[in-house]
Amino acid sequence: MSAANGMAGSTAGREADGILNMTALELGAAIRNKEVTAQQAAEAVLSQIRSSEERYHCYVTVDEEGALMQARQIQEKIDRGELTHPLAGVPVAIKDNMCTEGLLTTCSSKILYNFVPTFSSEAVLNLQRAGAVILGKTNMDEFAMGSTTETSAFGVTRNPWNPEYVPGGSSGGSAAAVASRECFYALGSDTGGSIRQPASFCGVVGLKPTYGRVSRYGLVAYGSSLDQIGPLCKDVADCAAVMEVIASYDPKDSTSVKRQDNDFTTALVEDVKGMRIGIPGDYFGEGLDPEVKKAVLEAAGVLKERGAVVEEFDLSLVEYAIPAYYTIAAAEASSNLERFDGIKYGYRTQEYEGLHNMYKKSRSEGFGAEVKRRIMLGSFVLSSGYYDAYYLKALRVKALIRKAFDEAFAKYDVILGPVAPTTAPRLGESLSDPIKMYLGDIYTIAVNLAGLPGLSMPCGRDAKGLPIGLQLIGDCFEEKKLIRMAYTYEKARGPFSREEAR
Amino acid sequence: MAQTKQYETVIGLEVHVELATRTKIFCGCSTAFGGEPNTHTCPVCTGMPGSLPVLNKQVLKYAVAVGLATGCEITRNCKFDRKNYFYPDNPQNYQISQLYLPICRNGKVEIETEDGKKFIGIHEIHMEEDAGKLIHDEWDDCSLVDYNRSGVPLIEIVSEPDMRSSQEVIAYLEKLRMIIQYLGASDCKLQEGSMRADVNLSVREAGTERFGTRTEMKNLNSFKAISRAIAGEAERQIDLLESGEKVIQETRRWDDNKGESYAMRSKEDAQDYRYFPDPDLVPVVVDEAFLEEIRAQQPEFREEKMIRYKQEFELPDYDIDIITASKRMADLFEATVALGSHPKKVSNWLMGETLRLLKEKNMDPEDIRFSPENLSRLIALTDAKAVNNSVAKEVFEVMFERDVDPEAYVEEKGLKTVNDEGALRKTVEEIIAANPQSVADYRSGKQKAMGFLVGQTMKAMKGKADPGMVNQLLKELL
Repeated sequence: MSAANGMAGSTAGREADGILNMTALELGAAIRNKEVTAQQAAEAVLSQIRSSEERYHCYVTVDEEGALMQARQIQEKIDRGELTHPLAGVPVAIKDNMCTEGLLTTCSSKILYNFVPTFSSEAVLNLQRAGAVILGKTNMDEFAMGSTTETSAFGVTRNPWNPEYVPGGSSGGSAAAVASRECFYALGSDTGGSIRQPASFCGVVGLKPTYGRVSRYGLVAYGSSLDQIGPLCKDVADCAAVMEVIASYDPKDSTSVKRQDNDFTTALVEDVKGMRIGIPGDYFGEGLDPEVKKAVLEAAGVLKERGAVVEEFDLSLVEYAIPAYYTIAAAEASSNLERFDGIKYGYRTQEYEGLHNMYKKSRSEGFGAEVKRRIMLGSFVLSSGYYDAYYLKALRVKALIRKAFDEAFAKYDVILGPVAPTTAPRLGESLSDPIKMYLGDIYTIAVNLAGLPGLSMPCGRDAKGLPIGLQLIGDCFEEKKLIRMAYTYEKARGPFSREEAR
Repeated sequence: MAQTKQYETVIGLEVHVELATRTKIFCGCSTAFGGEPNTHTCPVCTGMPGSLPVLNKQVLKYAVAVGLATGCEITRNCKFDRKNYFYPDNPQNYQISQLYLPICRNGKVEIETEDGKKFIGIHEIHMEEDAGKLIHDEWDDCSLVDYNRSGVPLIEIVSEPDMRSSQEVIAYLEKLRMIIQYLGASDCKLQEGSMRADVNLSVREAGTERFGTRTEMKNLNSFKAISRAIAGEAERQIDLLESGEKVIQETRRWDDNKGESYAMRSKEDAQDYRYFPDPDLVPVVVDEAFLEEIRAQQPEFREEKMIRYKQEFELPDYDIDIITASKRMADLFEATVALGSHPKKVSNWLMGETLRLLKEKNMDPEDIRFSPENLSRLIALTDAKAVNNSVAKEVFEVMFERDVDPEAYVEEKGLKTVNDEGALRKTVEEIIAANPQSVADYRSGKQKAMGFLVGQTMKAMKGKADPGMVNQLLKELL
């Protein structure tokens, strides 16, 4: 244990540790009850960042000065009674693909190494209105393309449960920051599993909301029709509380949906009696690690014991989800990333002759291998003569997958399965075999194609001691069913954290 | 070179029209012309990461209104697509346009030709965003980009290849311009680029069915340039065919100063725009209620106006034809008449002095600055004989420049006609005394001398006298 600020063992150290072990809601309550100030919370977590960041590298940017200033201002507002939100004063980490006004936003890419946005994303503004203290920007796979956070241009993030393993991705920095107590909760984004899979690998709770529930304004787009911002938290209650803040109708995002049911904390009910759970047989076939399978089915058993009705069924089409996803996401990405050209902002090559040479060199030097691979793939599937065979066909598969889920949700409230076929792989294992990495997304991707909400939470550990994730999938705008079921399971399961595991 | 065969020219047009919305197509920035560079911009229209487009509903209204006025089918479920190409004036490096499901299809407009009426088919009308403007600084060897125009809404009206001559092309463009101006959807100024036409042209042997290979001509900034470009391109293609060569499908740029075109890019190196539906914009659903709302707002078009002007104002056909040719003129006419001025007198001012000054200053009726109130006041002044005709024209010219109140102006400059007979009589007596030779000439029967004496009197009165009265007094005193 590193002696952060030389306080280890001292009273102050124990107090800091006490703060760090709180959930976001617990800390918010302690701040409201004047047991802890927002500044003390910020100082405790900044001290934790200083001591453990070298090991895990969760952040691209830590805004120490800004965080302390926000904490002071928010505490004043709390003292004056102007801020009463349950999360007021609680420090949060933001994935580095969400714009933050005046704060570096790189998408973990060299091409945006110096990009400072002039505006903040709507989800971040919602958090700030509730009194969140923004600590900094978390590391990620470059432009959210990857499943391990190893494609970041600014170095890999390591799994806090075992630094030899990856934290998952693309929101690996956010998941690892929550697990390593370098923040109290974090925002991530999920295009094909990028919240749920790192949450699973790092043993935290992650929720990918229904497409349209959270505004995408200010989220640097990867696959626009699939991207959704969501929370990564220590427990289900925090997740519900953060969802309540970030979910909003935003006229600046045409795909944003006006909803009256954003009161997610009302679903924190310990009762699943009569709820119907469907277990897709296709999610438990070849390729699924036996340890993962056992833990997930045990979780289903726990819910059955609590009164849920559990049934196995065939979802079908699972094997088509990956090609359809990589076609659609890559096509959209190839167009979304065209704006990074070295002209208006970001990286520009040093020497060039003429406009097109500047474009070519800036983009060749600015983007990493995985991003280039997907740009080329996306450009190919959209090119004339191939559009119908690839992109249009993928859209048809997407519609069929949606239909398969519609049929399932006519029978079940929640679909239960694993998040990923395995627990976290070792560092360096995945990038050598991108197809294998893509196949790892098999259980998460269909949820994005269908626009559904999906929740990931820990349900055990494998023999190596690494967390195993349980995935709950709901019908569109049925996040509350997921929260209710997850909350019930969490109560039955008991505490799950690295500190508890020690 | 002597032509061995007869040829027919086949022309289709792609017309871009900048819509008269207050704000841009996908963000709230102003569309106003002439701001300092990059002042009418925001994250959306400068392609900042994380920004998202939201459709300006007025753009849809204008596009549907133009579609209805040109007999188009309105697509009830239309979409926007991205057209991907790299260029610095295009901040996202894709343009949001419509390829697969444009808002309007299968329309037609009627034009007058030498051989009578003819319909020109409209293939489609789609909505899209304009690009920014590049400024090349030769001195510093660099280029600068101004995104004020980026995101200004456009519609592109694509005709069928139904035109056969430059006269038909001009008639079609004038008809489109008239319809769009009447709708208030755009001012359609070619010179300022709020209306731009690209000409697709091919030639074929007269009597054959198959179309020849076409070229697309860009950079046509006036009706004259369009006519010249059509003549030039038809001739170039015929020359090629006559000498046994082939026309290459390509885009050409017209240089109106040189009167010739040069190739910009051929079909071989045409870009693949990789069109696909823009996932940031939801499909646009046009329902019956929306269509009904637009139909109810359609204005009185020219044909209907012409009939009404004849019945209601009893204007000669000649006047009606000229005044209704411009929505701005017709509006000005109606507003001035509504203030109580006599229709024919209003018409005379519009057809006479107004058109003369517009032509002299190379302006469009859309540029007229004087108000119906001031025109009405000026007519009242002449009716009351408070100013004579030459003074009225002088005042009108000032009004045309800066929309002054004619009453105040006449007062201020002391231009009022002197109707005081005593004062006038005194001046006439002085003129008679000072010009004995002219008086003698007049008395000996030389009528010309009278004109001279009237002129001298008017000059002495600084033009403010009523010429009729001067004449009368001179005769009396002589």
